[in-house]
Amino acid sequence: MSNSLLKSQQNSRFIVSVILAVFGFIMILPFLWMFLSSFKTNAEIVQNTRSFFPKQWTLENYRNLFHSGFTLYLRNTLIITFFSFVGMLFNAMAGYGFAKFKFKGRGVLFIMVLATMMIPGQVTMIPVYLILNQMHLTNTLTGIILPGLVGAFSIFLFRQFISNISDSILEAARLDGASEWYMFWHIILPISKPVLAVQGILTFIGGWNAFLWPLILANDEKYYTLSVGLQLLQGQHTTDYGIQMAGSSFMVIPIIIIFVIFQKYILQGFNIQGDK
Amino acid sequence: MVELNLEHIYKKYDNADDYSVTDFSLDIKDKEFVVFVGPSGCGKSTTIRMIAGLEDITEGDLLIDGKVVNDELPKNRDIAMVFQNYALYPHMSVYDNMSFGLKLRKYSKEDIDERVHNAARIIGLEEYLDRKPAALSGGQRQRVALGRAIVRDAPIFLMDEPLSNLDAKLRVSMRAEIAKLHRRLQTTTIYVTHDQTEAMTMADRIVIMKDGKIQQVGTPQEVYDNPANLFVGSFIGSPAMNFFDVTLQNNRILDRKNNFSLEVPEGCLKVLQSKGYAGKRLKLGIRPEDIHTENTFIKVFPNATIKTTVNVSELLGAESQLYCKVGDQEFIAKVNSRDHIQPGAELIVGLDLNKGHFFDPETELTIY
Ligand SMILES: Nc1ncnc2c1ncn2[C@@H]1O[C@H](COP(=O)(O)OP(=O)(O)OP(=O)(O)O)[C@@H](O)[C@H]1O
Ligand SMILES: [Mg+2]
Repeated sequence: MSNSLLKSQQNSRFIVSVILAVFGFIMILPFLWMFLSSFKTNAEIVQNTRSFFPKQWTLENYRNLFHSGFTLYLRNTLIITFFSFVGMLFNAMAGYGFAKFKFKGRGVLFIMVLATMMIPGQVTMIPVYLILNQMHLTNTLTGIILPGLVGAFSIFLFRQFISNISDSILEAARLDGASEWYMFWHIILPISKPVLAVQGILTFIGGWNAFLWPLILANDEKYYTLSVGLQLLQGQHTTDYGIQMAGSSFMVIPIIIIFVIFQKYILQGFNIQGDK
Repeated sequence: MVELNLEHIYKKYDNADDYSVTDFSLDIKDKEFVVFVGPSGCGKSTTIRMIAGLEDITEGDLLIDGKVVNDELPKNRDIAMVFQNYALYPHMSVYDNMSFGLKLRKYSKEDIDERVHNAARIIGLEEYLDRKPAALSGGQRQRVALGRAIVRDAPIFLMDEPLSNLDAKLRVSMRAEIAKLHRRLQTTTIYVTHDQTEAMTMADRIVIMKDGKIQQVGTPQEVYDNPANLFVGSFIGSPAMNFFDVTLQNNRILDRKNNFSLEVPEGCLKVLQSKGYAGKRLKLGIRPEDIHTENTFIKVFPNATIKTTVNVSELLGAESQLYCKVGDQEFIAKVNSRDHIQPGAELIVGLDLNKGHFFDPETELTIY
């Protein structure tokens, strides 16, 4: 009997795998097509007889892409992404503060942080723009970076995780002679690795994809990011599908690679528990 | 050489209405093993944490080697502490756990290596130096926590219920190991527990606490033989001391419901009378092992006997515990197993009042 049970389990598992594989394939098909098309000549793309694989592989599209200012956008994006990571560390510090330090108004302050999560970003966009305008920071990279440095959800996640770290670990470190700064870097951060991984990925994706805010804030093309630039490609090169495919591929591939590497952590993601 | 003086220390937590520790005064000598014992919530942890510098001292002075250290940071007090939940750094190997404090104190690499290996040898964890705490058993983790304290070579060890997360058997063996460790290292140690057996077996001196106040300080023998008050009498010793409400009349004490009447030995009687308890009510405390069932005792002291019923009798090997009842008063007698009694039996027991304790029923202080 147990044998037949095992068999039926194996069967259903097989069926589920097939279904998932089919759907997965359907999902990935457009991406694959996009990626492959980026190696086709523009003529081949617009041809009536559509082909999946390039008849003739070419890097022309990528060459054009980087001649059209993409290097600059890439630099901006990398700077923004880098500072998002700096921001993540600030969030971790804030989370540590909320989790482990007793100070007046801690509860109220934390509720205020949480409350900001309930306000959609679009609502604050204009006020933030006006504030930055008064600070003369519109149309600067600083202005693009500054509002993204802190994030309520990130602070919340760090706080939850760090609350679960036992106080006595920190007390032991204090008795061992560690300063608060040293403890943050050598105890809190290493133990928080799961949140760091999740937040790191989200931060990377957020920074890499930054679109609306840079678009609003930057008038000057020299502060554009990759995704803003990508959208430009559509306008400037209406007929040049090849370069659009190359730009899109260039944006998507790093994220896919990162996701594949860190998917374990993303799946653990919002279900994290600290070491007790 | 290190000496610790606690002078009239008080603690009130910010969010609490009452003092958690009141007027705590104690002098701890070099190399001493002092155990704080008391029921849950009596302020043991609070006191030890004030010594470590993890809690502020509300009032009073803490002196280490004659210097007031109330405002010193924990790291400047040169104290090593072992926590109940081990408090190991989960992301570090055993080696790194033990060397963490040394690195921070800028010891040389060779020195650290030597100290860690030395400590690992003492606690028997040499093969485990590369493991993470998660891959160790509870007992091994507690050893690492001890090792972390040992490497520091700190003059003072504080241990807050270090064994209470271990199972009963391991607790007994670790108890012996900590005692052995103390004999070997001779580090001045303050050890907190709520288990009176641990306190009795390990301590040079016991500090018994209740409601944030010291009840008595003394060697295990002293607090066992001469409890300062009813609480100490009831807390120290297992099974616990039996208590009877009695009235002193002439040279006898009477049970309130007249279930028994016992003759008070002369020396004791004189003290009780001179302190003005003639005709007054008293609390008699008597330990289970001072209640006898042997015929010889009962024949010699026929005026110190009670007729009881045995409700339950537990055979523990060489000894038996008899749960007896007289009137509605229950008590336990610990007797030789040869005198084992079947439950339900009627029995005459003798109380060795020379070893009895008399307490004032109001103040609960010891009279005799
Ligand atoms: N952080 C705190 N804030 C307010 N009150 C506290 C705090 N910590 C302890 N207390 C109170 O102080 C008293 C003493 O607590 P403490 O932890 O010292 O007891 P303990 O003797 O160690 O007990 P246990 O055996 O349960 O560990 C208790 O009444 C407790 O409620
Ligand atoms: Mg405690």
